[in-house]
Amino acid sequence: MLSKMATGNGHGEESAYFDGWKAYANNPFHPINNPNGVIQMGLAENQLCFDVVKDWILKNPAASICTVEGVDSFQDIALFQDYHGLAEFRKAVARFMEKVRGDRVKFDPDRIVMSGGATGAHELVTFCLADPGDAFLVPAPYYPGFDRDLRWRTGLQIVPVQCHSSNNYEVTRSALEEAYERAQEANIRVKGVLITNPSNPLGTVMDKDTLTSILAFTQEKNIHLVCDEIYGATVFKQPSFISISEIMTNQDCNPDLIHVVYSLSKDLGFPGFRVGIVYSYNDDVVHCARKMSSFGLVSTQTQRLIASMLSDEEFVDRFLAESSQRLAARHSVFTGRLKQVGIPCLASNAGLFVWMDLRHLLKDPTVEAELALWHVIISEVKINVSAGSSFHCSEPGWFRVCIANMDDETMDVALRRIRALAAKKDMPNKAAGKRKCWQTNLQLRLSSRRLDDFMGIPQIGSPHSPMPQSPLVRAT
Amino acid sequence: MIENVGNDQVLLSKIATSNHHGENSEYFEGWKAYDRDPYHPTNNPNGVIQMGLAENQLCFDLINEWMMQNPQASICTHEGVHRFMDIAIFQDYHGLPEFRRAIAKFMGKVRDERVIFDPNRIVMSGGATGANETIIFCLANPGDVFLIPSPYYPAFYRDLGWRTGVNLVPIPCKSSNNFQITKEALESAYEDALKKDLKVKGLIITNPSNPLGTVLDKGTLRDLVTFINDKRIHLVCDEIYAATVFDPPRFTSVVEVIQDMPGIDRDLIHIIYSLSKDMGLPGFRVGIIYSYNDKVVIAARRMSSFSLVSSQTQHMLAALLSDDAFVNKFLGKSKERLSKRYHHFTGQLANVGIRCLRSNAGLYVWMNLQHLLKEATVEGELKLWKLIINQVKTNMSPGSSFHCSEPGWFRVCFANMDDDTLEKVVKSTPSPINKKRGQMELQLSFTGSDSLSISQLGSLILSPHSPSSESPLVKGRT
Repeated sequence: MLSKMATGNGHGEESAYFDGWKAYANNPFHPINNPNGVIQMGLAENQLCFDVVKDWILKNPAASICTVEGVDSFQDIALFQDYHGLAEFRKAVARFMEKVRGDRVKFDPDRIVMSGGATGAHELVTFCLADPGDAFLVPAPYYPGFDRDLRWRTGLQIVPVQCHSSNNYEVTRSALEEAYERAQEANIRVKGVLITNPSNPLGTVMDKDTLTSILAFTQEKNIHLVCDEIYGATVFKQPSFISISEIMTNQDCNPDLIHVVYSLSKDLGFPGFRVGIVYSYNDDVVHCARKMSSFGLVSTQTQRLIASMLSDEEFVDRFLAESSQRLAARHSVFTGRLKQVGIPCLASNAGLFVWMDLRHLLKDPTVEAELALWHVIISEVKINVSAGSSFHCSEPGWFRVCIANMDDETMDVALRRIRALAAKKDMPNKAAGKRKCWQTNLQLRLSSRRLDDFMGIPQIGSPHSPMPQSPLVRAT
Repeated sequence: MIENVGNDQVLLSKIATSNHHGENSEYFEGWKAYDRDPYHPTNNPNGVIQMGLAENQLCFDLINEWMMQNPQASICTHEGVHRFMDIAIFQDYHGLPEFRRAIAKFMGKVRDERVIFDPNRIVMSGGATGANETIIFCLANPGDVFLIPSPYYPAFYRDLGWRTGVNLVPIPCKSSNNFQITKEALESAYEDALKKDLKVKGLIITNPSNPLGTVLDKGTLRDLVTFINDKRIHLVCDEIYAATVFDPPRFTSVVEVIQDMPGIDRDLIHIIYSLSKDMGLPGFRVGIIYSYNDKVVIAARRMSSFSLVSSQTQHMLAALLSDDAFVNKFLGKSKERLSKRYHHFTGQLANVGIRCLRSNAGLYVWMNLQHLLKEATVEGELKLWKLIINQVKTNMSPGSSFHCSEPGWFRVCFANMDDDTLEKVVKSTPSPINKKRGQMELQLSFTGSDSLSISQLGSLILSPHSPSSESPLVKGRT
């Protein structure tokens, strides 16, 4: 009775991932009410600078259409449904994007197209660039939500480009070529490459040579390059963020193949406001995307607020500096304490998370062992982290741990618990008895998981569950 | 092995390069004329008056007043800022529970509490635009079709079909019976579709109707429900104008009707709603899908990730719509003001011999200018329309853009302007009209103001030199 789309699994929510979220939702940590609850470290949110934002809000009542100072605009704003968006909104977002890139590039407000968060932006770009059955190459490990956002309603396929810890997950030319050929042999038309820079889940930035090489690859093949720069302002130490826009200005290329996806969800910490941006250098894509944006415009109430906030250059400078500083401090404390207990993390300088290496704690270098360890972390250490396999990482044992979505006290508690985890050197054996019952559950789940032979890796859907506070309901 | 063909490769998708976005429709030409030369009482008094936009501007004073009295509804005031962070990070696709509860309650009130809506079935989307697309994604596969009574809202072509690949099969309705949907027309459209090997997945209706401004009576609704149930196809009811019913007969929602039809499979019943028309808040992008089918609720909710309502807006509206006293006052006043507008406007039109379809809802009237057509064709209608834009300096929407099967009807919006502007449209300022005999095109020249008012258009009709021998007064149409 329903469409194939509605009855299929393209939503990506079936996943062994459930357990982490169930565990958290059933037993959420609270410093006073539930100090032994599960701490949420699987959610890439940026909660570090709301004091700075609130301070600005109170000093700028005209930014709201609900205050005495702003209510005169209420009607005009409430009626405005032009898919171009408020001119001041586009200008402010373009300016913000410039500042995030240290003013090394210029963004044209007329290329700013709105969408329903980055979730909507990715789907929108895909609808514009690819037909059902076409593919994008995506370096792995990658954000699990892409499986749904890029593929579900568009019919796109994702061909992962395998990257390895041995060379810090560099996206090499040969890896790109290998993935491209794999697609060709399977009679799949590759329409583009999607990179996330700074990377989720790695927290690293791409250097100039890598970006140049990826750009050259796409240009040679005459395919699109989509750059998700959603974590652009979360770079907290050197090396600095180099955006694709910067690379473009330094070499000859066909701009019609280059598109940027952006959002305010990570850099500013406003995922609830659903501010997604598509910025394309291709005029036809801008026009088409803008028409499609009708399906997911940003609320004008929010456009107005963001326009005011981001036009305040003094505020923006202060925010970016504070945010950087606080992220750096968080990162330093967290990775430092982990190091003390022998848990390494990939060296990183961006993002709202770290890529934690627990390979030494695995019984075997397998996905099953990784998931078994993950179950232990959730149920015994009482922390929800994200297993690397859900990011399509080819090497078991890595975990993404979010570090910016809690206050310092909670972070302390988390670190103490992780230290306890590290102390369990013989933990896999200790847990053997318990493991049997997890294994049964695990096996049940594994058998219901889709295994995509072509991909060569197990497909675990995006970490989404239908429960409140779960990632099913929000981007990770 | 597939090779990416070098420079010959089409860069964009088929969807991107098609015209299914529908913007080449005449519906948008008038908007462009308005954009180029928009009326302003002081800065541009001779500009084009926008009567092609179904907006509801009549009750903002009530909303503004409420806002001033309820600063906690905003996360930007002293009273509300402590919620800023929680709201800003809330991206749960279930939406704020208080938002869902408030919307469900509001929808119930709009139906005079004859039905109760379950907050757990409230699913958000990007305006009604997003809601309509999402429901089709849930119910139909590319290539499937939906039946739709015509005339219908022009953007359905884009919303229901552009990215979904689903096509619309119109059920033509005629003025001879006031554009009612007949069983015969329904069956006939269905059978025709089957003959063409088209897979009919559902029927979509807009009630109250856009562009007609009429409501469906209980009998017709029951017939429609029976029809879809028999055929095992879905019924999508766009009830976006539900609170714009300003005169009897009262609004009957499909929800009310199915309460008395126990044999109906409720898995086939879905409602589309929005706050854009009833409350006049199109900018806030509040689209709602309400389905009785659990699987559809789940699928649509997952899809809502692509276009959730801003949590800032959810928070504000939750407060606004939970205030029973405000809602009751708003709904009452809105009805009153719409009714007043409608009667004033149609009264003035009638005075100069312009008839409209008798209606009791919506933000527009369905105006009959058939007698002014040189030829009873779409071309004739579009010629008249251009005349109206250029000479009367008013943008109204030609019936052909609504896929009306009879040329000569126009949708004219009356709730998207203040009283003074409306007066300007209907005022009778006499002005000499010269017409050269034997000309193919009616040409008008006049002194003074270089635009006509509607009444002058009417005078045209009554003039013995009118191109049409039949005047509406003779026909006596209401």
